[in-house]
Amino acid sequence: MAIGTQVNQELERKMTCITCPTGCQLEVTRNADGELSITGAQCRRGEVYARNEILDPRRVLTTTVRIRNGSLPLLPVRTTEAVPKELLADAMRILAKVEVTAPVRTGDVILPNILDTGIDVTASRDMKRAEDAF
Amino acid sequence: MRNTHYTDVAIIGGGPAGLAAALAARKAGAEHVTILERSHELGGILQQCIHNGFGIHRFKEELTGPEYAYRFIPEVEADPGIHVYLNTMVLSLSSDKEMTAVHPGHGLIKLRAKAVVLAMGCRERTRGALSIPGTRPAGVFTAGTAQRFVNMDGFMPGKQVVILGSGDIGLIMARRFTLEGAKVEAVVEIMPYPAGLARNIAQCLEDFDIPLYLSSTVTAIHGKDRVEGVTVSQVDDNWCPIPGTERYIPCDTLLLSVGLIPENELSQEAEVPLDRCTGGPIVDENRETEISGIFACGNVLHVHDLVDYVSEEAEIAGEAAARYAQNQAAAASENQVQRQASQLAITPGEGVRYVLPQRITPGAEVDLYLRVMQPMDDITLSLGGVALARKRQVRPSEMLKIRLKPQHWDSLREAGAVQGRELCLKAEPR
Repeated sequence: MAIGTQVNQELERKMTCITCPTGCQLEVTRNADGELSITGAQCRRGEVYARNEILDPRRVLTTTVRIRNGSLPLLPVRTTEAVPKELLADAMRILAKVEVTAPVRTGDVILPNILDTGIDVTASRDMKRAEDAF
Repeated sequence: MRNTHYTDVAIIGGGPAGLAAALAARKAGAEHVTILERSHELGGILQQCIHNGFGIHRFKEELTGPEYAYRFIPEVEADPGIHVYLNTMVLSLSSDKEMTAVHPGHGLIKLRAKAVVLAMGCRERTRGALSIPGTRPAGVFTAGTAQRFVNMDGFMPGKQVVILGSGDIGLIMARRFTLEGAKVEAVVEIMPYPAGLARNIAQCLEDFDIPLYLSSTVTAIHGKDRVEGVTVSQVDDNWCPIPGTERYIPCDTLLLSVGLIPENELSQEAEVPLDRCTGGPIVDENRETEISGIFACGNVLHVHDLVDYVSEEAEIAGEAAARYAQNQAAAASENQVQRQASQLAITPGEGVRYVLPQRITPGAEVDLYLRVMQPMDDITLSLGGVALARKRQVRPSEMLKIRLKPQHWDSLREAGAVQGRELCLKAEPR
């Protein structure tokens, strides 16, 4: 952890780490040189999270797409990695138009490289065809 | 008798608890394991929990609910010693481990087991349990029901939503509704602190600027055929609405995320004694209930916030059930009588809402699971006067796990605490 100087220290933000269920309360300060320092994290992932949250906030998007002839009308999908937070609404609009056909296997790529992020949207579960499901 | 089946270990419920219990029972040597599942597929509630965040302890990665389920389902399906009955509803269970179930193809099924694992999960608390004044329009849903509609069935229950209760499912649904284009007006919580995990407050409410009103509740539901709005009032320390604080929020949907109740109708039929604090059976460190050979795990035992702990608990129950089935002579129940006589009761003391298991064998190295009464900072957790652990920050929403180690037993013996029949677990400020 960077040791922030006591003078010229400005509280940048308080935040809750979302990396794990512990939910550490983090405080991010910026010194006169613009360096970030983070306190309150019980593990190293908290520091990484806080830094990213200031510089490039990202979230994993989980939602559903329509599936034809599946055992259910919807297939749950996820981005394989976190995507920039400001793209979530656009990603939802794109995925609302996607329709796939059963059968699908967990991990199948449903939409590659969403919004040119280099990140794929994949299936979260297996989905059999309706006639094979029961 | 026609249609009577026999099995070593019968598992009621094919959700996360049942799946892990089945695999653990097989690994511990049970030859014939039967899962009885009400739904048309395995996985239980995980199949509708499409968000990520599952499995960080167990698999060291953030899985979605279905992905977590698929870490178990293929192994269960591939195991020739595990027999899965889907679309099968267990109607009755007796204390001598006989079950009656119905299945659309097989009709009425009787199943006798050497050991039974209860893994039925829990139910949502509904409007009826809250006595909210007002009319009875359409548009009032429990959060989990709405989750199933949105994530599996493809229906949006409404466009303008108020959520009563800040439990995790309600918070997750606030985000889900927002992403699907609905407007979530507010989350309303009667307590002065949120019921759900801090990270869900951050990633489900703060990310989308959804207001959270603490120390507040819904004091009226308006609308004749469909919800048109709700009145929200602040409450005092006794949860009584404060006159003059009413505010009207227009909405077409009210979601309730106000707690979960372990589903123990079958357990009660088998005369399994329940703990009033957890709503689930009283168990020992093997997750054996007070009825010999009947074990319990997962949300039927106590409501968990993390599925990782459900799997862990189910493995304990599954393994113990397999062992029970193997030496299931009359000796087993006799042993249990002796064991129960030597076991210590673990009871919740100051600051502790509940602790599980409720009975332990002296000297056993076990994990204790507990919840505190209210948020506290810098506390010491002690058992029978012996300090077990210190915690920096604890909240009722986060189940704590502490290991009872050999050195703790040494200290308890030195203090003479093991001679008593009961050890009290306390959470006290340092």
